[in-house]
Amino acid sequence: MMEHKLTFKDYSEALKENKLLGLKCKECGAITVPPMMVCRQCASPDMEIIGLKGRGKIQTFATVNVAPEGREAEVPYIIVLVELDEGPWLMGNLTGIDPNEATMELIGKRVKMGHKVFPGDKYSAGESASPLFSLET
Amino acid sequence: MRKVAVVGVGETKFSGPQEKTSVELFGEAATEAINESNLKPKDIQALFLGNALGDFSEGQGMVQAFAAENIGCFNIPANRYEGACASAGMAVRDAFMWVASGFYDVVLAGGTERAASMGTSLATRTFAMFSDSRYEYPAGITFPAVFAMLAHLYSAKYGVPLARLKEQMAAVSVQSYRHGMFNSKAQLHKEVNVEAVLNSFTVCSPIQLHDCCPFSDGAAALVLTSEEVARKLTSKPVYMTGVGQASAGLLSSQQDYLPRIRAREISSKQAYDMAGLTPQDIDICELHDCFSIASLIAAESLGLFEFGRSGEAWMKGEADIGGKVAINPSGGLKSKGHPIGATGAGQVYEVVKQLRGEVEPERQVAGAKIGLTDTLGGDGGTLVNMILQRGW
Repeated sequence: MMEHKLTFKDYSEALKENKLLGLKCKECGAITVPPMMVCRQCASPDMEIIGLKGRGKIQTFATVNVAPEGREAEVPYIIVLVELDEGPWLMGNLTGIDPNEATMELIGKRVKMGHKVFPGDKYSAGESASPLFSLET
Repeated sequence: MRKVAVVGVGETKFSGPQEKTSVELFGEAATEAINESNLKPKDIQALFLGNALGDFSEGQGMVQAFAAENIGCFNIPANRYEGACASAGMAVRDAFMWVASGFYDVVLAGGTERAASMGTSLATRTFAMFSDSRYEYPAGITFPAVFAMLAHLYSAKYGVPLARLKEQMAAVSVQSYRHGMFNSKAQLHKEVNVEAVLNSFTVCSPIQLHDCCPFSDGAAALVLTSEEVARKLTSKPVYMTGVGQASAGLLSSQQDYLPRIRAREISSKQAYDMAGLTPQDIDICELHDCFSIASLIAAESLGLFEFGRSGEAWMKGEADIGGKVAINPSGGLKSKGHPIGATGAGQVYEVVKQLRGEVEPERQVAGAKIGLTDTLGGDGGTLVNMILQRGW
């Protein structure tokens, strides 16, 4: 049976130590993150785990004012899609600025990664660590 | 592959919170479709039913079996489809394929949902289940947030200043509200102007309340038959001449295409190629305007307008009835409503009624012969397109 080289559990545990793990394809060189069973570019299963720097540029963002059930205390918060220096895009939150002051000027800004832990809710299969970005100073 | 016809359609009024069950809502739509087809429930060979959230909205799984029995389609095979907001699109496409293949001659397809009755908090949580639960929901992603991010990306990528894009998005909502005013099945019947859109509550910057479709309850149903059966039942068969469906993974994994939706471009190409048509042939299009920005994104990936230019098209009336292509003459998800498990079948209902010339005169697209439907599930995870043509 083919196994996952990097599981959700191992990826999430590493994030809790502010380590961002990815998978580098030995066939085409593309980097897959978050992890998948095969390379997101060429579908090869022949990949190795690598550490990513957790730095990149904001591609887009949104400020959430209406929360899903159970997350009312978190609003307002900013979600970002970041293009990592190694290429892949990664979703996370942005901390360190007032969510109500988020404007288009955020796009292109450099960020570095930390983490937060979503403890899960009655619908989730437990907790998940998640990227928490802040602007590079 | 055999030709497939839609011979009968039915739909409840789409609405806010109400007290009928999902089974009851579908029963009303289904019996309307079966009666219109001059058939009886015993003539139906199989049911293909979209329903996304029944487990959460009323504690009902496997709703399709109860829905079939309720209308007297005893013991027929009944399948449920869950593809978020594209659930009914998937159900109808599968129904098409089973008739096209020759396995069945007469089937019932559609969808039912009680999303409004869930309330905003639970509905927002369950809709977010259509994003990746392990890698993207932990950040608190919601559906307005997906399209808010796409709006900012659209502005940056195509060089449309955000203030200009907001005006274009408002024009989309104003048009949809206007069409919905005349649709007796629509959830919202109110005229809203650009100023009201731009002054409404900010749900998720830059998406405001009037940029969003409502949560809705409702059901829609269609009877699909082979061409041979259709000729015996009706003088106005509408043929389904092209279908397409495609999938994609995490929102972030679609990075090479966003704000374009890759799965939509694959799905719609399948439908155009099967029908032997191009976007220029489309007279009327019911597309997935869950948010105003979603209309611009959809129209471009469907090939109806150039990338980065569809907002201008809306502002010039090119997407209106009487324009280049009539988009969402039903009022769309924005105004007609969005009972997610039923929406795709509701789009087919609208196109069939338009091609037959049977909608309210204020929103009838004169001489429409070819229609396109478009449903998007999740954040680009499931796309379904269908092309319908007048058969007389």
